[in-house]
Formats: sequence, structure tokens, C-alpha cells
Amino acid sequence: MSRLIRPHGGLSLRDQVALLRESRALLEQPSRRQFLRGAVTLGGLSLLTGCSVTDGASAEQLLEKVSRLNDQAQGWLFDPERLAPTYAEAEITRPFPFNAFYDRDSIQTVAEDDWELELSGMIRNTRAWSINELRALPQQEQITRHICVEGWSAIGRWGGVRFSDFLQRIGADTTAKYVGFKCFDDYYTSIDMATALHPQTLLTLTYDGQPLPPEYGHPVKLRMPTKLGYKNPKYIEAMFVTNAYPGGYWEDMGYNWFGGS
Amino acid sequence: MTVTRPPIIHPLWLRLMHWANALAFLLLLTSGWRIYNASPFWPFRIPGDLTLGGWLGGALLWHFAAMWLLVGNGILYLTVNLFSGRLMRRFLPVRPLTLLAECLAALRGKLNHQDPAHYNQVQRMAYLFAMVDLVVLVLSGLVLWKSVQFSGLRELLGGYENARRIHFVAMTGGFAFLLVHLLMTLLFPVTLRSMLRGR
Ligand code: HEM
Repeated sequence: MSRLIRPHGGLSLRDQVALLRESRALLEQPSRRQFLRGAVTLGGLSLLTGCSVTDGASAEQLLEKVSRLNDQAQGWLFDPERLAPTYAEAEITRPFPFNAFYDRDSIQTVAEDDWELELSGMIRNTRAWSINELRALPQQEQITRHICVEGWSAIGRWGGVRFSDFLQRIGADTTAKYVGFKCFDDYYTSIDMATALHPQTLLTLTYDGQPLPPEYGHPVKLRMPTKLGYKNPKYIEAMFVTNAYPGGYWEDMGYNWFGGS
Repeated sequence: MTVTRPPIIHPLWLRLMHWANALAFLLLLTSGWRIYNASPFWPFRIPGDLTLGGWLGGALLWHFAAMWLLVGNGILYLTVNLFSGRLMRRFLPVRPLTLLAECLAALRGKLNHQDPAHYNQVQRMAYLFAMVDLVVLVLSGLVLWKSVQFSGLRELLGGYENARRIHFVAMTGGFAFLLVHLLMTLLFPVTLRSMLRGR
């Protein structure tokens, strides 16, 4: 998936409108407190009133602590060698859904000549890369399932540079904990080094054999079939290697950081 | 004067586990409904007021916290019941003919609920169903949570998308059990007392 409640295949217009409204509401008030709303409307749970569990702040702290434990559990479950399933051409979902924290009308584009991938942090050679330089590197392809945090999934075909090859080429310190990404649509996220080095993690330049179109993250996105959609940044303009936890757009609002699948 | 107190029907460990399970199940049920609403695969949504979490991110936090309680508690419960012989004693055998007769009796409002130390056939069936249903819920949930890592289980359940449907159907089964369970508790409130105080 990525990022937001976006309608897609098989929904009635009314459902789509409802979904859209929900996503707007979410955009308008990403108040972290509001996830507790609803607790009081539940007869069974109001039993707990008065006990610290329904006290907004401490429930939130507890849930966040568990979410950090869930990061660790996922890191521990993650098998660096286990591959996500791959699919045949005929199984590709067409059209592949567009998904972002804004509408299709607001997609930003950049001229390829004006774009460079900036590198920083624990990397030996931090010179920037142009799109043509990236295209000149050995390329890989995969047809894999993209799973959204909302539950839906879609199969797509991506091509580009194996990310572990790229990290090696730029002399990234692969003993560091995190790789962080900044995107020109103001999105940002970060991943664990083990996933960065996974053989199916792809610095993605193409979709279905064509240069990545604007809706899927032109000019460059990171594709990881081992992580949920919101962990797969599009429109990347900078990346860095670090030991300091960089967080992420949705992660800072409460989505689980590891976001593995 | 000696007061003979009735014997303990539900030991303390069982009561604690039962209520921990009930809490975990309600949290998972209501947060799960909100997660479903984020991307419904059938032509209906669950009324937002019945859901927990306020938004998708909040619902996910509740869901992935409560799952540990349900799973940890459930593993303990099944282990103790299996190895102590309590499972055999309390829940088995289920005799189809007696079960049928008791179902019919129940519909006529004549279910035998007199001996609180023994579960009748309808109860045995219902509780065994709840146990199996929760196991299916957890296994399909694992596939939804980490479909790449639990690849064997994923293939067994027919892939990620199929596991979503299985998870929903198992949720519906668990919810239906809960409704009947609550109705029976209302009809036979003495059982509630024993599940709270042990006797
Ligand atoms: C939240 C409200 C609930 C109430 C008021 C409630 C009430 C009760 C009562 C009174 C009994 C004892 C029955 C008897 O002694 O004849 C019981 C047993 C049981 N309940 Fe619940 N229950 C609730 C939720 C649940 C849930 C959510 C589940 C599972 C999904 C569940 C599963 C069971 C099982 C398996 C037993 C048998 C336990 C054993 O003997 O090992 N209950 N419940």
C-alpha cells in the first residue's frame, strides 16, 4: 500500500466517497490522541473507566511501547534470505492503484534533468547520482505483491537497481542501523539495514517496463516486497545512512515503524 | 455451626484467563472492525461507533497489542487444559445425539443447566468451537501480519488475499459465539457468578 485510505477496485461510489471523507478527516486532524476515540462508546470497555487503561495518555504510552516491542519482534522474525513470492505477468493488477497521502490531482513531478539523488550520513562516497547514472547500473526486475497497511494488496512489476548493490557501490556503512529517505512530496520514512540489504529490495526506476510514471513515484522509489506500502518511499530525493532513529511521516503519527510483511 | 460452602467450579487461574481472553477478544474485535473499514472487501462497512481506535493507525496499535494477550493467554490455557486432562474431562466427549436432543430442548426453553460442575453438550460444543475458531483466527492473523515470513502458513491458507477472508469469517464465527454466549449468560446468571467468584 502506501500511505492513505484510497479507494480502489470494486468499491461502490458511495463507499469511495465515504473512504475519501475518512481520509480527509484523517488529514485534517492527525492528532495522535484521537485513536482513543471510540473506547468510551464501547459498553464492554467502559468497565475499564477509572482504571489507567482508558486514561488517554497512559494508554497511548502503553500502546507505543508495545509497538516498539513489535518492531523488535519483526526484526527478529525477519529472515534476510526468505523471498517474497513472485508472480506471472498475467497476475499483475491492472490498473495498479495510486496511493498517497493526497489526491491524484496533487501529484508533483520533477524534470529528470533537474533531479539528483543526494546521499549523506555514514556513506563513503556521497556524491549525488543522476537518473541516467542509475539507469547505467545493472538492473533487476520483480513481479511482487504490494500489501497496504489498510489490508488491500496488488501485484505489480518493478525494475531497477538492487539496493544492496547500490549501498555497496556508494560505500555505505552496512553495520549502521537505519537508512532514511526524504521525498520531494514531503514524505519521509526509514528502514532497518537488514531489509535494506534484502535481495528483493530494489531502488526502483521502472514500472511495467516503462520509466516510473508520476503516480508511482517518478523518478525513483524504493520497492520492498517484505514491507507494507507506506514503508516504500516514492519521489525520493535524498537518502542517508544513520544510527539515529529517523522515524517517518506515518510512523510519527502511530503506524508501526518496522512495517514488515 | 459449620457452613458447607459449595465446591469451586472454576479455579482462579481459569477465571483470570477467561477474563483476560474476553478483554483481548473485545479489543481485537472492535479494532479489527476499524481496520476492515479502511479497505472493505465485501460490500458493507462496520458502523464506526462500534469500532475502537479512532483512526486506522490507532486501531492497528490496539490490534497488535491485544494480539499478544490473546495468543499468550490462549497458549497457556490450551496447554494447561491439555496436559491436566481438564480438556478431556470438561469438554469431551461430545455425543451428537445428546447434543441434538439438548439443542431441541434449549429451543423449547428447557436446557438442562442445573449441574454447574458439568458443561452440557451444547456448552461443550460451543466452547470447543470457540477454541478452534480462535486458533484459526490467530493462524490467519499471522499470515496477514507477516505474510512473507510465515510463507508455509500463507500457502496453506491459499495466499494473502484468501487469508484475509478466512480471518474475517473466523472473526464472524467468534462474534456469533460471543452473542450466543452472552445470551446464555443472561439466561443463566448463576454461571456468571461462578465465573466471577469460582463457586
Ligand atoms: C465478555 C463477556 C463474556 C462473558 C460475560 C462470559 C461469560 C462466561 C461464563 C459465565 C462462563 C461460565 C459458563 C458456565 O460455568 O456454565 C464462560 C465460560 C467460557 N467462556 Fe466466556 N464470557 C465472555 C466472553 C468470552 C469470549 C470473548 C470468549 C471466547 C472468544 C469466551 C469463551 C469462553 C469459554 C471457552 C468458556 C469455557 C471456559 C472453560 O471452562 O475452560 N467467553 N464465559
